[in-house]
Amino acid sequence: MAIILLAVSACLINNVVLNQFLGICSFLGVSKKSDTAVGMGGALTFVLTLASLVCGILYKFLLQPFGLDYLKTIVFILVVAALVQFVEMFLKKFAKSLYDALGIYLPLITTNCAVLGVALINVQKNYDILTGTIYGFATAMGYMIAIIILAYIREKMVYNDVPKSFRGFPIVMVTSALMSIAFFGFSALK
Amino acid sequence: MKLKKDSVIERIWNGIFVENPVFVLVLGTCPTLATTTSAINAIGMGLSTTVILALANLIISALRKVIPDRMRMPAYIVVIASFVTMVDFLMAGFTPALYASLGIYIPLIVVNCIIMGRAEAYAGKMPMIPSFFDGLGMGIGFTIAIFFIASIREIVGAGTWFGMSIMPAGYVPVNIFVLAPGAFLVYAFLVAVMNKLKIGAGRRPKSEWDPTVKVCGECFSCMKIGMCDKKPEECEETPAQTIAKTKGTVAEAIAKPAEAAKTEEGKEA
Repeated sequence: MAIILLAVSACLINNVVLNQFLGICSFLGVSKKSDTAVGMGGALTFVLTLASLVCGILYKFLLQPFGLDYLKTIVFILVVAALVQFVEMFLKKFAKSLYDALGIYLPLITTNCAVLGVALINVQKNYDILTGTIYGFATAMGYMIAIIILAYIREKMVYNDVPKSFRGFPIVMVTSALMSIAFFGFSALK
Repeated sequence: MKLKKDSVIERIWNGIFVENPVFVLVLGTCPTLATTTSAINAIGMGLSTTVILALANLIISALRKVIPDRMRMPAYIVVIASFVTMVDFLMAGFTPALYASLGIYIPLIVVNCIIMGRAEAYAGKMPMIPSFFDGLGMGIGFTIAIFFIASIREIVGAGTWFGMSIMPAGYVPVNIFVLAPGAFLVYAFLVAVMNKLKIGAGRRPKSEWDPTVKVCGECFSCMKIGMCDKKPEECEETPAQTIAKTKGTVAEAIAKPAEAAKTEEGKEA
């Protein structure tokens, strides 16, 4: 029950983009069309779940027993970078159809702060490996929901008569603000 | 004003005005939005980023002839992450209150695009002194910009500035400005004002800086920073850009669906 609550909270109440501002760059950059948004969301779900699992295992069995806690930032960022490369190569070789769907978004994920952020939050909040992985998956779901909604709104926004100085970046930010306000409604779920 | 290129003053001036990371390059959006809930948070975040930026630039520039080209990105990441870890511990030790309120965003300086971007665009190929001051200037520019945003948010949203009450007694704080949506709104309106007045971000052609328009372009305002194994000058179009190009915008797709269908059939054949 606690895990379900945690997942709902990570996914909707504390939405990773709209409430914690992690992964804003790709949220703004890849949300122009709904199909690319779905691809990016899928790729992030894949990497984020895997990364929180791998980082959790490394932290538990390597960093903690040897008292190397202080290396966590360096280790995690390198692990994420290596993992993304590895997943890309693996998919290319063994799962061609999945690679075709997600492949092009994988390189965009390394410096997505959501991935490193979740790995660090897992450590900070002392989640065990299973809880951490579920938290990572739920966070990625939250990201996916947010980016897909934004992509659909932006597809419709093409037809709107936006004031000249608001075109592009500002209107997307205003849209995100309104979405963020809407997501506040979920805090009643607590 | 005409300044000598790559001199100390020119670099600092460049960071604060010409290429301000927040208002002109629109880099590092995450900390800009997340840590501007109060002026003191913004100053803390800005200063720690400045220190890391300047020192990382200095070390990367010193090592630029030792680091092999292919191992550039991992090497930069390790240098930056080391400085971030140091700052993390220093802040935890000496400013515990600030550290608690910035929380996760201190270690996340590692993935701040500004730092990777400066390493790639400047420190990787310039001598140490200009690189150091380039980092310093960029950091100061970042600090000033987020301090400005944070001041607006704190004054409107809480009626205080640095924790002191400065608004008249009858003022009812607009709470939403210190909450998440306020960050988006303030940033949006500031960029819109700059577009109107043709200053800051509005001075540059939109295709050059707008993060909502392109996925990866000129390398140092690109999300692939940290992964890309190419030099900026060899940068090609990314697959995502190619997709965007072939499929065009929604409006175009509706205007000529027949043509699009034809070309797609042709490709399959």
